[in-house]
Parts: sequence; structure tokens; C-alpha cells
Amino acid sequence: MKLTKLHQEMLQGKHGYAAQKSMEILNALGEIYEAERMVPVTSVQIAGVSYANLGEPGLDWLAQMAEDGQVRVLTTLNPAGMDLENWRVLGIDPEFAKNQERVIDAFAKMGIITTCTCTPYLVGNLPHFGEHIAWAESSAVCFANSVIGAKTNREGGPSALAAAITGFTPEYGYHLEKNRQAHIIITVKPSISGTAQFGTLGKVIGDILDANAEWTIPYITGISVANTDELKSFCASIATYGGTALFHMDGVTPNRTKIPKENIIVSENDLAQAEKELNEEDAKIDFVSIGCPHASLREIRHIAELVAGKHVKKETWITTARPTKQVADRMGYTKIIEATGIKFACDTCCVVAPIRGRFTGLCTDSAKGCYYGRGRNKFQTKHCSLEECIEEAFAE
Amino acid sequence: MTTKFEGRKISPGEVTGEALVTTQGLSFYGGVDPETGVIVEKDHELEGQSITGKVLVFPRGKGSTVGSYVLYQLAKTGKGPVAIINQETETIVAVGCIISDIPAIDRIPIEKIKTGQKLRVDATNGLVELP
Repeated sequence: MKLTKLHQEMLQGKHGYAAQKSMEILNALGEIYEAERMVPVTSVQIAGVSYANLGEPGLDWLAQMAEDGQVRVLTTLNPAGMDLENWRVLGIDPEFAKNQERVIDAFAKMGIITTCTCTPYLVGNLPHFGEHIAWAESSAVCFANSVIGAKTNREGGPSALAAAITGFTPEYGYHLEKNRQAHIIITVKPSISGTAQFGTLGKVIGDILDANAEWTIPYITGISVANTDELKSFCASIATYGGTALFHMDGVTPNRTKIPKENIIVSENDLAQAEKELNEEDAKIDFVSIGCPHASLREIRHIAELVAGKHVKKETWITTARPTKQVADRMGYTKIIEATGIKFACDTCCVVAPIRGRFTGLCTDSAKGCYYGRGRNKFQTKHCSLEECIEEAFAE
Repeated sequence: MTTKFEGRKISPGEVTGEALVTTQGLSFYGGVDPETGVIVEKDHELEGQSITGKVLVFPRGKGSTVGSYVLYQLAKTGKGPVAIINQETETIVAVGCIISDIPAIDRIPIEKIKTGQKLRVDATNGLVELP
């Protein structure tokens, strides 16, 4: 691992404690993964923001880093454990809220933009093709690598923060072109549309990759059209079920790759099977959640069209980034949606909010949401299209 | 006669302590109680044992990246291991040890270390010594 004079100085503590600890982390990772050098990064996305995950020790560490740490590049945050403004209405414990605010304050002190979204690329943290970045948040990592064509490993909270504070990351893994080549062709036979179906497809392909250690990067053919919302749903799902950080999609994504020889077919039957696994037959739905990953303006506008004038029968949340909600406010979508009883939860999501025990059954268009709804929160799950989710919200 | 193993420095520091060895991977998030240092992963061969004050020897870490913060909490409250020895260290343990100042070494033949043995760990120079 070759370090420049600046890196050496950081290691020696000449740029302060936070830069020193950060360079120690990056240097060790570089050694472990046999990087030859550090590369500058232009964008960072930090995960590990919910107090429910960090706890007091995580907060303690962040506060220590914030003593003299300042980020050197554009850095944004993953969802927190609550809506930072509207947490009371959403039933968050005041003690938790106080601690969550301490976490956000520590990040803000370091110059990090407290967007609190898993879709930084929708609200101003948008790298371009080929840029080296250091992102955490598995769905955003997959989107950045695959859909945008930027280059990032799957960072954890501390290693992403270290990259932000130093402006560097060790050059290994997905930063190297040789590690971005596809291993297997996946041919999708059925036609796929909508966020829910793309999520199901993400699970099917993710499960295939998860079961075969030598295949990490798929070359997917058979998808002729996919919009950004469908791709964000697909990224979240394939990253959840397959640990996938990069895929190629013929005609859709911009990266170049050699075409592998082996080919796996995804059939209508495979999709039906995965759909069955995401749906529990006797699920008693008392919670409807849309916005995993965070809902886009297009999705919110669509919901406003569907719900005008009705009233919900079940607790229903739309999770989104605050800037997205602010535009929805201006356009009048928020007013229409909130008049039905549906609640907006900005800055947070159902994966990281402390909602275990509050609900029995979750209905969502997100395959990722189903995974964490079951695992973390012990909910039963129903997976269906956005339109069907809205129907469920209005049904007795 | 002392046996010496040469490995790779992950996190610097020098310490002497008693080994606690497992051949199974370890997840700190969910697998170790952050308040007591007791291993709570169901059906783990060390389930119920405390890692506090031990030179913890295991093949590699696994699980959520939040595990790094669990190591940090254990170290801050004096419930952590005094050192970690791995076959191959991965990101979670590496980052956890660095932010917590726990000496760590990998690429050591851990099958040659037995629970209860006294070890000298010189992580700075990548050395492990058995008496």
C-alpha cells in the first residue's frame, strides 16, 4: 500500500484526531484487501444513523470524531430512526427522539448534510459515470455502481465516515475495472413492470446469486424498459437477497462488461414462487408502508391521484426524503394525501424506525421491506403493487 | 521453549492474556451482549462464555457492520477482549478494533492455540508468542 505525504501526515495525527483514526481505518482496510493505493472520492453516503442501531457506543464514537472532524467531500446521510420534525405524531418515544437528535447533531457538526435518505441520488448527491465514491446503504451502493456507473464498495458506517473525513478510499474491490465484470447471464423471460414486480425479480436473481458463491455480478437480459423507481426497487431487493453491489442490465445500465458464457433463465414460475414467499397467506394487515427505498415525486404524485377524497382504514405511512416532501407540499400532493389519513414519515424508514411490536402485518410494494419487516420487526408481510397497497389501506 | 507465530498487523498494541478459542465465526452485533461481553449467539460453541479480558481467537467475523460499534462499546466499558487473533480479519472486526484501540492480528494458524493458554500478542509487529 503506497501512501502519499498527505496520507502519512494524517496517520501521524498532523491533521487532527478524526483524520488520524480515519486514515488508520482506511489503511487497515487497504492492507486487508491488498489495495495498492488510495483514490480520491467525490461523494460519500453514510449509513448507521438510527439511534436504534448505533446505541450509546456508536453515538459516543461519532461525538469523539466530531470533536475535530470535518468532511472534505459532499457527504449525505441514510435514514434516521424517526421523522426529525414530525416524530410525535408518528408515536416515537421522546427519550429515543432526544438521542436521535444527538446523533444528527454530531453528523451536522462534521459538515455532513443531514438529508437522511436512502436515495441520495434523488436529492442532490448524484455522482456521474466512473467517479470513485464511498457509499454505505446497500440499495444506494447497488444503484450507484449499476445504474449510474460510479464506483464504490459496500461501505459500513465507520469506513464511509473515514472516507468523508479524509477524502480518500483504498482502491480495491469495485473500484477496479477487473472486479466489475459479469459472471453469469440471467435471462428474464416474463415482462416485468412496476416497483413490486421489479422487487420480486430482485429477490429471484438475488437468491440465485446468493446460492452460488462464484457468481456475484449478473448480466441481466430481457428487460426492455425500466424507470428510475423500478430500478431503485430492484436495487434494494437484489442487494437485500443477494448481497449484490453491481449488476449489468442489457440496454439499461451504462457499464461495459465481457459477456459470460453460462446462462440462467428466470421464468414466470420463478417469479410466482418468489411472490408466494413474500406473501404470508394468513397475514393480518394493520400497517401499510410505501417508500422503501424512499418514495420519489413520481410515486407521490401517483398516490395523490389514487387516494383523492377517500379515507384510510389502516395505519399507512409514506416514507420519503424531506426535500421530496417539500416539493410535494408545494404541488398540493401532501394536502390531498394527508386528508385521507395517510401519514408522511420523512428522514426515516420502516427498516430503521423502532416500530417492532406496534403492528402485526405489513403490506408494502417493497421486497426489501418484507425482508426487514419479518426479520427485524417480526411482522407478517403482504407484497403487492403500489395500487394494491393503497386499496389495502382503504379496505376494512 | 516459546512458539512464535508471525501474522499481519490489523490494529496496533501489545498485550498479554489468556486465550479463548473458537473454530466458528463470530458476529458481534446480535452475537455478543454489548453490556456484559457474554456470547449470546444461539448454538455457538462459546454460547454463555464471557470474552471480557480474553485474547479472543476465532477464524473470522460475520454479520452486520454495526458489530464494529459493539466492539467499541465493550472496550469503552471494560468488557471487551484485550486482543483479537483471526485467521482472516474482515471489515467489521478490523474497523471495530481500530476505533476501540484493541490490538488485532490475522493470518495466524489459530488451530494451534488452545483455550486457557497464556499468549503474548504484539500486534504492532504482527507477532503472537505461546510460552
